[in-house]
Amino acid sequence: MAPKTAAARRLGMEVSIAVSHAVKLARAETIAAYPITPQTHIVEYLSTLVANGELDAEFINVESEHSAISTCIGMSAAGARTYTATSSQGLALMNEILYIASAMRFPIVMTVANRALSAPLSIWNDHSDIMGARDIGWIQMFVENGQEAFDHTIMAFRIAENHEVLLPVIVNLDGFILSHVVEALEMVDQDTVDQFLPPYVPRHRLDPNQPVTMGAFALPEIYPEVKMSHQMALAGSYHHILQVWEEWAEITGRRYRPLETYRSEGAKILLLTMGSLSEVAEIAVDELREQGEPVGLLKLRLWRPFPVEDLRRAVAGAELLIICDRALSLGGVGGPVMSEVRSVLYPLASRPATVGYIIGLGGRDVNPAAFKDMVARAREEARRPTAEFHLYGVRG
Amino acid sequence: MLEIRFHGRGGQGAVTSVELLALAAINEGKFAQGFPSFGPERRGAPVMAFLRINDRHIRLRCKIEAPDVVLVLDPSLIRIQKPTADLKPGGLIVLNTPKSPAEVRRDFGFTHRLALVDANTIAREVIGVPITNTTMLGALIKATQVVALDSLKGPLQERFGPLAAKNFQAMQAAYEQTVVEEASA
Repeated sequence: MAPKTAAARRLGMEVSIAVSHAVKLARAETIAAYPITPQTHIVEYLSTLVANGELDAEFINVESEHSAISTCIGMSAAGARTYTATSSQGLALMNEILYIASAMRFPIVMTVANRALSAPLSIWNDHSDIMGARDIGWIQMFVENGQEAFDHTIMAFRIAENHEVLLPVIVNLDGFILSHVVEALEMVDQDTVDQFLPPYVPRHRLDPNQPVTMGAFALPEIYPEVKMSHQMALAGSYHHILQVWEEWAEITGRRYRPLETYRSEGAKILLLTMGSLSEVAEIAVDELREQGEPVGLLKLRLWRPFPVEDLRRAVAGAELLIICDRALSLGGVGGPVMSEVRSVLYPLASRPATVGYIIGLGGRDVNPAAFKDMVARAREEARRPTAEFHLYGVRG
Repeated sequence: MLEIRFHGRGGQGAVTSVELLALAAINEGKFAQGFPSFGPERRGAPVMAFLRINDRHIRLRCKIEAPDVVLVLDPSLIRIQKPTADLKPGGLIVLNTPKSPAEVRRDFGFTHRLALVDANTIAREVIGVPITNTTMLGALIKATQVVALDSLKGPLQERFGPLAAKNFQAMQAAYEQTVVEEASA
């Protein structure tokens, strides 16, 4: 689909810097971040933009990620459009506060440059960090490339701040594989973003003249109802997310869906991936299709709320679904994505066989040949299962 | 798609030259992807940087395993990293060396196409320091014509400001002095 606006010229920049530009274009008013490892250039560049007067925001350097997200909560409670970014151990250190941010319905936007958790010490990419924060009650999505990282950062504010939503949003982008890559992308001009994303109007905010209680104590008589309302809000955000993505498509021509499909029509075998693995898997699908293999790809973009019905529709007719996780649920029955996908498919009268692979842990390279090999192995595995799941390409 | 792998030592600017060339290609309307070999590299340690240039969006997100071109900033790395071991049969070796093609072929057993330039001498004379990353881009462009030399002007200006002119001059000198020899039989 051709964009309605004139095609913007592509610019080259590191993906982290593109995310910073998106935050600037979104006119974030407050940013709090821990500036040291594990951090990306995102907040470093944002601090430069604020220091140069190019972004009119309050930038607060704090002494830990726990403080970063706590500070974000305070600033969001005061009614400011709030942003932060982290990675790996930083997200783990935020953990207890992440639940508070969502339960108190603060529309904070955060980029997580997904990286492995220690030990052993690793700086490289996988999804261990975010899968440890799976149940924090935030809207969560994954991007495939720099353009998507830019687009989704701007859209995240619009989704989060909708009064029918009022939930924080995490945009996940693969650490290093995306965060540290220089590539070509199209920017959107400030006027367009301003029209798309009006100033944040808080529904409630801390104001001495109009006192409200935030973060109250909940007796057993009310706690489950509060949790239920949070669950309803998160599940209900699905339609608002779709609406925002649709509006963005009208402006830019770039259309996003909760579960993207690639050459999945008539496919008997489907791969399912997330994040930057998806485009690599596309190459494998193209090569297999050329050989006449009925292989397609499902790309899970929206992780929370989980697009249950989209997935059920997408697997109709498939005989085998190969689920690729970039995190390991130690002692569990497979990767976190595989476990959920199988739960979603279980009630279906007719469903594909499933085979789960854990790939790319701690920065292990995954190339198109690996996906082709997984397809070949999964066919055998589906006929005669040998294990609940497989750590692909791991020695020993 | 052209896949180029840069070999250097931490501090020699391999990552910077990959970024500069990626930006130049993107400014020409192409697609490019430039990234370092992510790791705990330190000054003086062997490092790699990767560059893909294509006419359409690049979907590959893995390391470059069979490059079309290897560019070696520091010849002492040839024996350590064996950068040409996985070079494509029709590939190109761009090397910073004062040696002639015959000497290079004799010393390292290379049979691929060669682009050789004494970047240390050029960088020392033109820029005043033996940092050869921008100089070597002149040799790469001479042998591949992957971008126009002038397309580096903008990225160099943005990165080096007042030092951009000397870097461009060194690149231009390397472009002129680079000896390109076709693959040996």
